[in-house]
Amino acid sequence: MIDIKNITKSFGDRQVLAGIDGSFKPGDTSLIIGGSGTGKSVLLKCMIGLIAPDTGEVLYDGRNFLTSDLNEQKAIRREMGVLFQGSALFDSKTVLENVRFPLDMLTEQSESEKVDRAQECLRRVGLENAGDRMPSEISGGMKKRVGIARAIVLNPKYLFCDEPNSGLDPLTSIKIDQLISEITDEYQITTVVITHDMNSMMEIGEQIMFLYEGKKLWQGDSSTLTKSGVNELNEFINANKLIREMEK
Amino acid sequence: MSRIGSYFLFLGTLFRNREKLSVYLGLILNECTSIGVGSIFIVALVNIFIGAVTCVQTAYNLTNPFVPKYIIALIVRDSSILELAPTLSCIVLAGKVGSNIASELGTMRITEQVDALEVMGINSSSYLILPKVIASVLMFPLLVIMAAFLAILGGYIAGTLAGVISAEEYVNGLRFDYKPFGVVFALIKTVVFAFLISTISAFQGYNVSGGALEVGAASTSAVTNSCIAIVAADFVLTQLLLT
Ligand SMILES: Nc1ncnc2c1ncn2[C@@H]1O[C@H](COP(=O)(O)OP(=O)(O)O)[C@@H](O)[C@H]1O
Ligand SMILES: [Mg+2]
Repeated sequence: MIDIKNITKSFGDRQVLAGIDGSFKPGDTSLIIGGSGTGKSVLLKCMIGLIAPDTGEVLYDGRNFLTSDLNEQKAIRREMGVLFQGSALFDSKTVLENVRFPLDMLTEQSESEKVDRAQECLRRVGLENAGDRMPSEISGGMKKRVGIARAIVLNPKYLFCDEPNSGLDPLTSIKIDQLISEITDEYQITTVVITHDMNSMMEIGEQIMFLYEGKKLWQGDSSTLTKSGVNELNEFINANKLIREMEK
Repeated sequence: MSRIGSYFLFLGTLFRNREKLSVYLGLILNECTSIGVGSIFIVALVNIFIGAVTCVQTAYNLTNPFVPKYIIALIVRDSSILELAPTLSCIVLAGKVGSNIASELGTMRITEQVDALEVMGINSSSYLILPKVIASVLMFPLLVIMAAFLAILGGYIAGTLAGVISAEEYVNGLRFDYKPFGVVFALIKTVVFAFLISTISAFQGYNVSGGALEVGAASTSAVTNSCIAIVAADFVLTQLLLT
């Protein structure tokens, strides 16, 4: 369970987040949606501690992340997995080395335990044979899979994905979405996914938060998405629908 | 000015909250190979020719028949050890190693690899940068020792081939009035230059924001700022240590 309270953030005199509240439940894939430049990534970065918000609290199962001391923060970070927008694989390391990196840095496991665990995660994302390849040699979709494998290698309680579909073709997008959703159910992870992809919203979204110009205009169950009565949200959905119609 | 301030703050973050020491050993070794071994060729080449040119030019300028020829070797020796090998090599290394450090870190920054380390709770600046700084401080002096040796050798080859000085005179000149402190001075300078180049370049690369264009710009300013720092430090150290 992640709770965020009154998160605000300005860059210079430009306010990017204007007091966001919300909560994300374990076993749910929660989506943060909204047009580009509305502050989705900034909100995510505030939640995972890459950007310090101006005000607000982020609670991980009741533990206040931002005011914790360094050791507590490290402990919470160990329970987080993050899939970055560009996958953020270490390009000097092989796929397998990327996946086992968190084990190397943060655990005292034996060599064989680490290799086994990394292989297990690669198998989970369907890449058990790609361990020896370099990130530069694999496709964008495969990179996302490796990113997911790396994010789950420490059995996280919280999983964050920033636009997991960006730059992928529709079919690969759906597969990545499904993978995230399955893993969330399987391990009862609290998953937060940023997306502006309508397919994802309908497929995997269980809880949806709609951001518009730095404000949260709506949050609710995905089944009630079209009945929100929020104009900006309806426009956003219609624009997405239009694009899908045109693609057909 | 504020950039200089943030440079010093940045230096502080390198040593705060480090990872396990064993993690660094492997990284340092890797960096030593890429920084040290990878730079041997260019440093060697530049210094052989610099030594050769110094020898021939000194000979050309020494027209007074009362000045003994071995003075040529002495001048090659002292200018190589005191100035040319350390300073010039480090300028070359600023171009090679400095730009490399800046673009590598800059790329890691814009592709969110730095963020990926941070969310794992790893101090990315010390994890990524400290091994490079340590490897530079270890390897640059070795390169400079090689450089001074090769510059003097280059002078010998050029001097004898061009017939401006005999082998015997050259060796005599090398032995004449030799002050061992020159080598110590060169090594002190080199260690300071190594630290400046690696940290300035890392600072430029680590703080990139934007895209590929900014990485290129950071790499350029890494080299120019390093060169400025080198000549400034050279002047200060020479004043402090040789007068
Ligand atoms: N580090 C930063 N410094 C200044 N402005 C930023 C920074 N990061 C993001 N912004 C601005 O904040 C706004 C929201 O960005 P972002 O959260 O990335 O949007 P998105 O919803 O597309 O993910 C954008 O206008 C962006 O320019
Ligand atoms: Mg974004």
